[in-house]
Amino acid sequence: MDVIIATDCGSTTTKAILIEKKDGAYRQTFRGESPTTVEAPFEDVTRGVLNAFAEVEELSGRKILDGEKIITPARGNVGVDIYVSTSSAGGGLQMMVAGAVKTMTAESAQRAALGAGAIVMDVIASNDQRLPHEKIDRIRHLRPDMILLSGGTDGGTVTHVVELAEYISAANPRPRLGMTFQLPVIYAGNKDVREKIKEILSEKTSLTITENIRPTLERENLFPARQEIQKLFLEHVMAQAPGYKKLMSWTGAPIMPTPGAVGLIMQTIARKDAINVVGVDIGGATTDVFSVYGEIFNRTVSANLGMSYSISNVLAEAGLENILRWVPFDIEESDLRNRIKNKMIRPTTIPQTLEELKIEQAISREALRLSFEQHKSLAVGLKGVQRERDISEAFKQEVTGETLVDMLKLDLLVGSGGVLSHAPRRSQALVMMIDAFQPEGITRLAVDSIFMMPHLGVLSTVNEQAATEVFVKDCLIHLGTCVSLVKGSIGKFKEKCISCKITMPDGKKIEESLPYGGLRVFPLGIDQSAEIEIVPAKNFDVGAGRGKPVIKKVFGGVVGIVIDTRGRPITLAKDKVSRVEQLQRWAKAIDAYPD
Amino acid sequence: MTHAYTPGLRIFERTKVASHRVLPLLGDVVVKKGDALKAEDIVAKTHLPGKVHAINAVNRLGIQPKDLREYMLKKEGDLVQKDEIIAETKPWVKMLKTVLLSPITGTIETISNVTGQVLLRESPRPIQVFAYIDGAVIEVTEKEGVVMETTATFIQGIFGVGGETVGELAIAVDKPGDILTAERIQPIHKDKIIVGGAFIQHDVIDKAKKVGVKGIIVGGFNDEDLRKLLGYDLGVAITGSEEIGITLIITEGFGQIHMAQRTFELLKSRSGAKTSMNGATQIRAGVVRPEIIIPYPGKASGEEMEKPVDRGMEVGDSVRVIRVPYFGRIGKIKALPFSPKTIETEATVRVLDVEFPDGSTATVPRTNVEMIET
Repeated sequence: MDVIIATDCGSTTTKAILIEKKDGAYRQTFRGESPTTVEAPFEDVTRGVLNAFAEVEELSGRKILDGEKIITPARGNVGVDIYVSTSSAGGGLQMMVAGAVKTMTAESAQRAALGAGAIVMDVIASNDQRLPHEKIDRIRHLRPDMILLSGGTDGGTVTHVVELAEYISAANPRPRLGMTFQLPVIYAGNKDVREKIKEILSEKTSLTITENIRPTLERENLFPARQEIQKLFLEHVMAQAPGYKKLMSWTGAPIMPTPGAVGLIMQTIARKDAINVVGVDIGGATTDVFSVYGEIFNRTVSANLGMSYSISNVLAEAGLENILRWVPFDIEESDLRNRIKNKMIRPTTIPQTLEELKIEQAISREALRLSFEQHKSLAVGLKGVQRERDISEAFKQEVTGETLVDMLKLDLLVGSGGVLSHAPRRSQALVMMIDAFQPEGITRLAVDSIFMMPHLGVLSTVNEQAATEVFVKDCLIHLGTCVSLVKGSIGKFKEKCISCKITMPDGKKIEESLPYGGLRVFPLGIDQSAEIEIVPAKNFDVGAGRGKPVIKKVFGGVVGIVIDTRGRPITLAKDKVSRVEQLQRWAKAIDAYPD
Repeated sequence: MTHAYTPGLRIFERTKVASHRVLPLLGDVVVKKGDALKAEDIVAKTHLPGKVHAINAVNRLGIQPKDLREYMLKKEGDLVQKDEIIAETKPWVKMLKTVLLSPITGTIETISNVTGQVLLRESPRPIQVFAYIDGAVIEVTEKEGVVMETTATFIQGIFGVGGETVGELAIAVDKPGDILTAERIQPIHKDKIIVGGAFIQHDVIDKAKKVGVKGIIVGGFNDEDLRKLLGYDLGVAITGSEEIGITLIITEGFGQIHMAQRTFELLKSRSGAKTSMNGATQIRAGVVRPEIIIPYPGKASGEEMEKPVDRGMEVGDSVRVIRVPYFGRIGKIKALPFSPKTIETEATVRVLDVEFPDGSTATVPRTNVEMIET
């Protein structure tokens, strides 16, 4: 397999990349894009795919198409060996989940659906405080692509699960696409209730039964449900979307939901280097956050946080004040509001002036921050688990269901999506991610070069070697390493904060004392590493405890080592003049914008 | 270069407009193909299923779920009246009898011997679908709805709020750059759809509502005023179902922006005509823009509604710039350089050169223009 073409059919744009084996190694060589054509008047996704291919053909000189047929296999400069694709067009996979207890089986069901790449429209639980008719109305009106029904551990509650099935049956829900077929429902709950569920739902819905996602309170078993979701996504949802039957006949591997493919790549990165990874993919309509801590993978999607279609919702959710705090110049509130709405109504436009770019990057910080907060609240340990505690634990008052995302244990933060991948300067992507995620201690940062993680995710299912090689060489751009204070470290501006000693790869030593409240960059190349010794002042902590030094090997990137002494959380000045001065100082320190 | 087409808002002086009038559930179509209808005529009707109510019968009766059916006086599908007894216990001592009353008038939907719940459904609620535009029925889909067709002036707005409304068109300003002030709204505008110029403020919309204006078409307005009008910050741009007592369509964008001369002239030329408008906007994949349809009386024929042009932009095409610093300006494409260029933000993007009517030129990203389709 020497020549691979891959597409991601997004809600607005279909992006194609060409991968070729050159001198024994796979490299991403050309890229093309075109508007997605799922909707009227075209209503055929393959039109956009063919247009994106045509652009790749034009740029690469390789003939890929014979009319509307993909030429396979590749011979010389003609044809490709395989075509693979991901898709989030038409709104992606939209699901509703139901479970007996909101914080237990319903939450597990939510994690199963999210991990499969779905947008969860609503979570119905027996104890969600809504009245039965409200739940039924909700199920009927939302028109999801499918429903995941869970509830009860094996041998556990029966009535709550049956009750949920009765509500689904009473709602008689219809799928979003295709007027005539039945809504797919996956049952992944108490195995003792399967027969009863069949009785209630098999006539009105297209029912599939799989293993319980929560067989015991202590164990979550999400994999079978996730696989079932992806299978039904292809069989029902994709097959109903315009042009997908044809598209499916072209691809050499099953089409994956875009976030499902990105999730695969994130897990591959974490597994390859045995590290903890947090990744984000910020799109126009939604923002996905992924985390891999040890063996535990979590994904969340913030369905209405994004930089174009959903930009106005970022304003609504974050509030104007929170966006304004990141804008490094004075702007009238009403002007900012109108600009955000104008981007919302014309979502495909891009900033032409530097001022507009700075505004979009300010908004992105809030979109990322909010999405990450949502992720942290769902990426939690299992709730309701009985734990045996020894006496020391009893004093710690630890509770079950705490977030698994420990910023101090985070090794790598990866950003993807237009506003990060296409930021004119990589330092802008770096500072957006630092401001939004506020990493603590020592963390590496990287971005997806041109947005190709989905393509590589689906490719990894058929050719892991090609996916990994391209990922390392062409996709992941290391930005550098951020060294920061940990949560609770707050000081006064210019107060003595940390001193650092860096031993550069050539043996040169840099020693500097850095006051509180700033950013400092030390260039260190992509393939380089250095040793850093950081000694915090007695009131500050960089991960080892207050006043305790840290010595560690750090890695370079296109920006280098960034030492962030702005405290955690980053505190911005209250008055406008000082805040603008503060933001400009930080931007200058990191060389984010032209003078 | 392959298809970098940039669709624009559609504006036609005279075209065939088709409107799909479909029931949310299967029902009855009450008109037939070829019928000439007024906007107010009903084309189809059906009944929406009533709300479902759940009663925990076993708790109320103090029985086991598996025995529930034995105590029920009604079975699934039976009609019940509000406060009618639907189940009762059978104790030896009659005084100890417990009864279960129906909380609604409707039907018994399910009786569950697992959960012990009885689900009841309220009587169906009738709903009707109107013709919405003056025109003829050209297609009937049995039980679902119809397609109405008319020859009309058709204008898409960029954003709107409020649903379908019908009224006579009245021009309330002199020029497309005028601000629609409260003084310009008069009692004669009752039940009309009025056209403003560049801008309207919230208090003026309030005045229009008091006067009884049905709809407003204007170049731009402020997001702050949108928030006041809706009572909340609009997050996701899916509109049309809000009940605000008026329908508002903006043709250009947020802020004070002159209504495009051609749009204004076209509306002015149809002053006094019966107009249908819908503010429903969905800015998602499969964008829905608000629409203004002004049918021509009689059965005049128009040209077919053109599909968006699936071709690259060409030198000489008319475009509107849709982002600052040239936001709202209209000009002609002067050049389409093949190679990407670096713009002020330092991004390297595909651009085009545009020439404005005053002879000045500018370079703008291709994604920041929309073609003006005529």
